[in-house]
Amino acid sequence: MTEQRRNDKKLEPWRDPRAEPYIRFENVTKRFGDFTAVNNVSLKIYRGEIFCLLGGSGCGKSTLLRMMAGFESVSGGNIFLDGQDMADIPPYERPVNMMFQSYALFPHMTVEKNVAFGLEQEKLSQSEIASRVSDMLEIVQLGQFAARKPHQLSGGQRQRVALARSLVKRPKLLLLDEPLGALDKKLREHTQFELINIQEQLGVTFIVVTHDQEEAMTLASRIGVMNRGEIVQVGTPTEIYEFPTSKFVADFIGSVNMFEGVLIEDLPDHVRIQSNELGGVVYVDHGISAAPGAVVWAAIRPEKINILRTPPPDVRENCVRGVVKEIAYMGDVSTYLVKIDTDKIVRVTLPNIERLSDDERILWDETVYLTWHSSSPIVISQ
Amino acid sequence: MANSRALPAHARLRSGRLGPLWDLFFRFGPLGWSHYIRSHWAGQRLVIAIPFLWLLVFFVVPFLIVLNISFAEWAPLSRPPYEPVLRWLEDGALQVKLVFASYTYLLHEPLYVSAWLYSIKVAAISTLFCLLIGYPMAYAIARSEPSVRNIYLMLIILPFWTSFLLRVYAWIGLLKNDGVINQFLMWLGVIDSPLTMMNTSFAVYIGIVYSYLPFMILPLYSNLEKHDQTLLEAASDLGAGPVRSFLRVTLPLSIPGIVAGSLLVFIPAVGEYVIPSLLGRTDQLMIAKLLADEFFMNRDWPRASAVATVMLLLLIVPIMIFQHFQNKELAAAKK
Repeated sequence: MTEQRRNDKKLEPWRDPRAEPYIRFENVTKRFGDFTAVNNVSLKIYRGEIFCLLGGSGCGKSTLLRMMAGFESVSGGNIFLDGQDMADIPPYERPVNMMFQSYALFPHMTVEKNVAFGLEQEKLSQSEIASRVSDMLEIVQLGQFAARKPHQLSGGQRQRVALARSLVKRPKLLLLDEPLGALDKKLREHTQFELINIQEQLGVTFIVVTHDQEEAMTLASRIGVMNRGEIVQVGTPTEIYEFPTSKFVADFIGSVNMFEGVLIEDLPDHVRIQSNELGGVVYVDHGISAAPGAVVWAAIRPEKINILRTPPPDVRENCVRGVVKEIAYMGDVSTYLVKIDTDKIVRVTLPNIERLSDDERILWDETVYLTWHSSSPIVISQ
Repeated sequence: MANSRALPAHARLRSGRLGPLWDLFFRFGPLGWSHYIRSHWAGQRLVIAIPFLWLLVFFVVPFLIVLNISFAEWAPLSRPPYEPVLRWLEDGALQVKLVFASYTYLLHEPLYVSAWLYSIKVAAISTLFCLLIGYPMAYAIARSEPSVRNIYLMLIILPFWTSFLLRVYAWIGLLKNDGVINQFLMWLGVIDSPLTMMNTSFAVYIGIVYSYLPFMILPLYSNLEKHDQTLLEAASDLGAGPVRSFLRVTLPLSIPGIVAGSLLVFIPAVGEYVIPSLLGRTDQLMIAKLLADEFFMNRDWPRASAVATVMLLLLIVPIMIFQHFQNKELAAAKK
């Protein structure tokens, strides 16, 4: 995960209560017959953001995007762009452009004509159109492909034509529907950074829809996680990953080990959770707001667990014994599935820092001890 | 025994008492043929061969016969067989005898030229009207709910279930001076005396457009139905209103459908015989009527054959050139 502009306060306008949001979704609902695709969504997105809507298929993220573009009517609520209500504005009059998942390039037009299409609707002079098109094609590095038809291009090139076509009108807001979905992994990684560069260069606000959490993590200034038509959490990639507020988010983003337990000690500077699933006590070094005796879940990311071959001395909390059941070597990291004494399987990921010889390596059916730092568990109450 | 069972069936037969006979059968019998066909004619070629054979037997051969007759000499009350164009003489020389009288006659007789031009005009205008009426219908069907689409298509094809001739006769009942339309208009008080619609070009247009409309709608529908709707969304997103989206995206992408439909209407309309005979003008003939008259009234087979040949060439050659470029473009668009 790369972290974009993490500490730059002025690029985190959502932390400033006086900042004026650029786009506001207010209690937006969309129903198709009996099915509620988007349920009472309220969102504030700020100028210059790359906002990712992340969720599984059918969670309503694309519907939300299509309502912003004007392809779907709104069943309830309002959408404001730069203070203007979008309700009665048809798609062809919105200062919004969209990059389609299928790219939707016009097959009968050359690259140049595709990019010029939007400008031709604006009554601009021919020379103005030509210069803006060629500038745009330069930015996406497609200058020499101007005379080609879409079917003569590779997937990556088509994606850049689609991007150029949607940016050339200098929209206030660019909507991207799974922009990198059709590209292979290497090209996708490369294009992600290209997208961020172009976005910074042109200062356009992006709303990106994706089901790929890695893509969302890389691109986004903030992520809105959606489930069943609702926004379940909004936050920076770090917040979403490190501090999920619900079991759904913790589980959806990355992998996680979840231990159900009861809050037995709740102090401002630490809490203790007695978990039968773990067969021990989880000690967390920060306070939470929940009543003692409440049922909570301690969520621990696999990479935040360490594997020891001998029991650590004088440790009774945040430590559990188990047997290695499965090892998956993935080059940079290895994933271990450890069956702890309560029969629960715990997933642990360790980086392969050293080249280990066979007898130094952790092996199948070895008895090991899992420990973690007291800052690692996340306590989730819902 | 165990060994022979392991052999394939034909090998077992060959090693039997009637071995040599089976051997011959396998080598030259139908099985050998099917093997020959399979190894030398891939399935695709075989499939293509069937319509080609059909065209050869029922189009090329008859056309060559017609061509032959068109170059023959005419005599009063002459009838086939006509002298062949190519003939081997007794001394082994090849005799080629072409009589161009029928062709030069066609050029010098204004009746043929005017009938030809009139046929082209009627076919072109009818095709245009079929397109203007058929395009919106095809578009509407392609955009309708999938559940009702087949019903609409059925309705388009429904008229074919009654006889073509009957449907043209029905138009006489509608168009004639004391027909349904005139009586209705007079009852309404819109007109005082009946409109003359029968035996006019108008009646021919009505008849042709009515009869050939499905041939325009079906290829257009199958083109429009495949259009990617996100292209229209993209056009709309880029600032094009509904009209411009149609003109810049839908219309150019539907050109193959327009061409296919127009050819399907135009070609048979040029040679239409029944509709102009029943509904059309008596003072201006269409080419097919003239052709039939030459055969059956004047009994001038060479001249009738010459008309048929010229008609075919004047239609086929431009269309083939057009198709050639069209195919090139299609091939380029596909990759």
